[in-house]
Amino acid sequence: MACNQFCLVCGGTGCESSRADEIYRNLVRACDAHGLGSQVQVVKTGCFGFCEKGPIVKILPEQSFYVEVKPEDAERIVAEHLLKGRPVKDLLYKGESGAAAKGEADIKFYQKQMRIVLRNCGIINPEEIKEYIARDGYVALEKVLFTMTPEQVIEELKVSGLRGRGGAGFPTWLKWTNTRKAPGDQKYVICNADEGDPGAYMDRSTLEGDPHSVLEAMTIAGFAQGASKGFIYIRAEYPLAIERLEVAMGQSRALGLIGKNILGSGFDFDIEIRLGAGAFICGEETALMQSIEGKRGMPTPKPPFPSDSGLWGKPTSINNVETFANIPVIINKGGAWFASIGTATSKGTKVFALTGAINNSGLVEVPMGTTLREIIFDIGGGIKGGLGFKAVQTGGPSGGVITKEYLDTPIDYESLTALGSMMGSGGMIVMDDEDCIVDVVKFYLDFSVEESCGKCAPCRIGGRKLLNIMNKFTKGTGTMEDIDTLKTIGKAMQRASLCQLGMTTPNPVLSTLKYFPEEYLAHIKDRKCPAGKCKSLVTYRIDKAKCIGCTVCARKCPVPCIKGERKVPHEIDQAKCIKCGACFEACKFGAVVVE
Amino acid sequence: MKTITCQINGVPVTVPEGTTILKAALEADVKIPTLCAHPDLKAWGACGICIVRPEKSPRMVRSCTTTVVEGMNYITHDPDIVETRRTVLELIMSNHPNDCLRCARNGCCELQNICAEFGIREVPFESGIRDLPEDNSTPSVQLHPAKCISCGRCALVCQQLQDVWALEFLYRGDRTRIAPSGDATLAESPCIKCGQCSAHCPVGAITEVDETKKLWDAIREKDKHVVVQIAPAVRVALGEEFGLEPGTIITGKIYAALRRLGADKVFDTNLSADLTIMEEASEFVERFARGKGELPLITSCCPSWVDYLEKYHDDMIPNFSTAKSPMMMMGAMVKTYYAKKAGIDPEKVFSVAIMPCTAKKYEISRSEDMKSSGTLDVDLSITTRELARMIKQAGIDILRLKDEEADSPLGVYTGAGVIFGATGGVMEAALRTAYNFVTGENLGKVELEEVRGMDGVKTATIDIKGTKVRVAVAHGMANVKDIMNRVRKAKKEGAERPFDFIEVMACRGGCVAGGGQPYGSTDEVRAKRIKGIYADDGAQTIRCSHDNPAIKAIYSEFLGKPLSDKAHELLHTHYVPRPLWIK
Amino acid sequence: MTLEELRAMRAESQKEMERRVTDGNEIEVIVGMGTCGIAAGGKLTLAAFIKALDEFGLKGVTVKQTGCMGLCYVEPTVEVKMAGMPDTIYGKVDADTAREIVKAHILEKRLVDNHIFDRPAKDILK
Repeated sequence: MACNQFCLVCGGTGCESSRADEIYRNLVRACDAHGLGSQVQVVKTGCFGFCEKGPIVKILPEQSFYVEVKPEDAERIVAEHLLKGRPVKDLLYKGESGAAAKGEADIKFYQKQMRIVLRNCGIINPEEIKEYIARDGYVALEKVLFTMTPEQVIEELKVSGLRGRGGAGFPTWLKWTNTRKAPGDQKYVICNADEGDPGAYMDRSTLEGDPHSVLEAMTIAGFAQGASKGFIYIRAEYPLAIERLEVAMGQSRALGLIGKNILGSGFDFDIEIRLGAGAFICGEETALMQSIEGKRGMPTPKPPFPSDSGLWGKPTSINNVETFANIPVIINKGGAWFASIGTATSKGTKVFALTGAINNSGLVEVPMGTTLREIIFDIGGGIKGGLGFKAVQTGGPSGGVITKEYLDTPIDYESLTALGSMMGSGGMIVMDDEDCIVDVVKFYLDFSVEESCGKCAPCRIGGRKLLNIMNKFTKGTGTMEDIDTLKTIGKAMQRASLCQLGMTTPNPVLSTLKYFPEEYLAHIKDRKCPAGKCKSLVTYRIDKAKCIGCTVCARKCPVPCIKGERKVPHEIDQAKCIKCGACFEACKFGAVVVE
Repeated sequence: MKTITCQINGVPVTVPEGTTILKAALEADVKIPTLCAHPDLKAWGACGICIVRPEKSPRMVRSCTTTVVEGMNYITHDPDIVETRRTVLELIMSNHPNDCLRCARNGCCELQNICAEFGIREVPFESGIRDLPEDNSTPSVQLHPAKCISCGRCALVCQQLQDVWALEFLYRGDRTRIAPSGDATLAESPCIKCGQCSAHCPVGAITEVDETKKLWDAIREKDKHVVVQIAPAVRVALGEEFGLEPGTIITGKIYAALRRLGADKVFDTNLSADLTIMEEASEFVERFARGKGELPLITSCCPSWVDYLEKYHDDMIPNFSTAKSPMMMMGAMVKTYYAKKAGIDPEKVFSVAIMPCTAKKYEISRSEDMKSSGTLDVDLSITTRELARMIKQAGIDILRLKDEEADSPLGVYTGAGVIFGATGGVMEAALRTAYNFVTGENLGKVELEEVRGMDGVKTATIDIKGTKVRVAVAHGMANVKDIMNRVRKAKKEGAERPFDFIEVMACRGGCVAGGGQPYGSTDEVRAKRIKGIYADDGAQTIRCSHDNPAIKAIYSEFLGKPLSDKAHELLHTHYVPRPLWIK
Repeated sequence: MTLEELRAMRAESQKEMERRVTDGNEIEVIVGMGTCGIAAGGKLTLAAFIKALDEFGLKGVTVKQTGCMGLCYVEPTVEVKMAGMPDTIYGKVDADTAREIVKAHILEKRLVDNHIFDRPAKDILK
């Protein structure tokens, strides 16, 4: 008897860390216990993208969408819904109207999305190659190996207008053409899965949820460029993605879809995984190749470009995971179809990791040209806690901020760069009124300074000086001259750094200086933090009019620095106050004022 | 060869394809400032000072790594570019200690020069000087990491040119340091003390161990009889410290200066180089013509090479010549033969060597063999740079001194002795004498061009009256691996050995560009110094070691004959395998 | 694996995967799976529908289960919803009837008269 009901459990890292594996096992156990083992198939899939509401369990064919599921709920889901046909109402996702959603089509988070890269995530079991094959998996490879020439494959990419999704947006067809043309007996294809931007996990979810899409694409890339070997360079901090890749590769290899004479076509292509070792800079393509060669991950000057001389001096092309994930669909549906999506200069879709002060944080995939407003307010559901929108940061530590005025900007490579930010790999962090811009910049600089490889002076030394100045601002010892210094150092870093890490480290500084000068001025001139985030600039004061002298705050104070007897208004000794905020949290009368 | 025509600031230049913008600019008489670039190394692209702008491009590129493109106009200096360079320089300065006055590179520092050129008067950035411990673990070079500007030259030289891998980049970001892997000390690392790191360092982050005080003290001590020897390579380079062109020979003036400094006797290492040849050529003939011992025979006068072989190729120890280096042979002779002849108590003799080499400081106490006279055969070895400082300190106007002669009995030398300073020189000198030992005649033409020159590996077949001797000469430690592997492979397969005699010098160019020579050794400078060496050879009346009358006297009066028991006692040494890392 | 083997594997797996994708499915077959339904053999009925849909190569049909529809005396009950046909509840649907419903109602757009127990109105019946 074939299974007629499917219980899809989200197995992305986010849900896994919220015990999705337990949920999965409990569901399997409960189905067996209730005699549903042969009727219900419990499948662990890749990331559904709706991370805010995870762990997610979806029941098909009725499309019941369960959210924030706990392992204890598995029994109820099986006993009530699967056995008796009575969906568990309190676990169903309800939209704004309060009605239970019937599948993604009913959920606002999904309505404006177009899942091409994530086409299989949340639907297939990534550890079962047959499921990938069933959903048009390896059809593109068949087409390429048996009916197309390498030039035709590249032509299809050219028509599609696909641009690199790692951040630079370089036309993929051009990169493949250059590598194809370069003279050499051995060529390499590399998949850059080092995804280091803080807050970005698009590539991780793609690899966890649909590893075969990348394997198939790499094989096609090898065919088109004349390479017989591929490497996937993946950061060691992604153990689940590595595991899923290894399982997928094992299955592919067993079926002869990787290796010698693939499908009897005469084409050989093999793939090897190489792990990163904790360096953001190894996501830069030349440093990445140094790392694969066993050397210290420091960028090398370009030219020569990898297409001419890359790994071990051979022609090499490096593409991002997301770029690869698009390839099989482009081959299957045609470049013209892909080019019909998006804007004039940026075709197709882009996956964003929408995080920060947003209601529906998670992974979203939208056609290029979707506006920031649609992403943040329609898909993202607006700012959490009803606070005001301050800015959205795109492009990770290399990007800049975009303010309210520009929310209707349609997203594409050029439009974001024009605003002083960049597309980057897809990180999108939303900030509300309680976020301090200066503090956010400090966070990004801290990251860039920590991750600088140290090879070139402008980045190694300049980055630290920038951070030192930001620290002065947050401590209230900054001066107006410091702003000029920031600009001078920023300019030098943009021009004289060896690689993009150094060149883009000043971006958050320069972008926020342009759009939020008032925040800087407040920190420097007034020595105040308008958002209340920078502890050194925040003062806690007791409003004597409201204080009833209950002594609760004085007792909670860890220093202690609050004076006052019972029934007498208390006072905080500013000299001793460490700005921990315990008194603010403790006071039930709103008598502690933060300014 | 394909050429490219481009422009530098609007001035057209035509250069071979593959030329960097930096080089092309020189054709237009423009010198783009650099800090990390070095002609010996492939462009590393670290410091960011050499940036230029391709006209109409929004980007600036590094001129040291970027090759020129047909038709492009490169702007090397405009207010924007200069301002950016200045900011980068100020950033470097903000992390660099301000102790020029007390620094070993005061007056000869590349950072000083470029700051002076830019006219920097103040540094607008907060100081980021790090408090890092020095490495004084070896007798030869010292690391002062606080002064390091991370140009990378030392690590690249140690890895790529010398294949020693004692230095590596540790940590990252602004915590980057260059030190042996695992933060070991140099003494615990494979370091061969060649000093090439210090020779390439643009600042005072790696210096030779300064032992001039020891010499001053010895000179001051009335009791001590100070005997000084100078190496072949010193005479063609010391003049550079006083403004002369590289390769200018000032031997006579050096003798005079040493006497002015307070040396009691001045000898010449060239003589003991002749002595080395006597022993080593005899050794070669024993092995080659009489089948006693391993072939190929490998020269052993370079102490860095000795250390390298003991660490990296210890299986080749049986192939090593047991002859000591000329410096050590001179030391042994000074404290026995000379002391006896002069009626001086050897305990009172203070034997000093002026060497182009930092490893010599290590060699003097390398093993008990170095005390063959009963005490240290050489008490002190100082570098060319240290001698120059002493001469200046003593107020001696060396260029105005009249040439003097070295002292007897250890001062006379032949052309074969002086060529030890150049790569291929030891081989040539040895062959001149080996030829005589085998045939009883001297070579018609003593100049053996085949072993001269700057190729990293030179091979030749020398005809000794019908017998073919296959020789190989390598300089720059990275060039040794291939030769050793070829020898090993032949031995393993039972095939005929590829070489009979091998000369190795650790430093590119030979001792003329040793770790202790005046700063600024590039191939151009090396070539000039080498030219001076061969010129000195050509100027000698006696060209072969065995014809040196002083040498003949040493054997007849003292040693008996080459490879005699006495010779072995005083002039030969042993080797031991050494670990690469000590932990 | 050869090209042919890959295509065979795909064809086989596709059938299974289809049931997991339900967007755009226009036809619904809802099988009553309350206690009465199960007792009357509803599970076999459901399996029979899947088998028949396979047999006739029909795609775009969602087979669901639901609770008790109320017609407990004629279980197993099945509701068929599709465009161009009235929503019909069939009763006493055994494995053979299931196949007949697929062939007649879904494929040939004919009602299976002798099994209708609710909707459509009697005057539509021929």
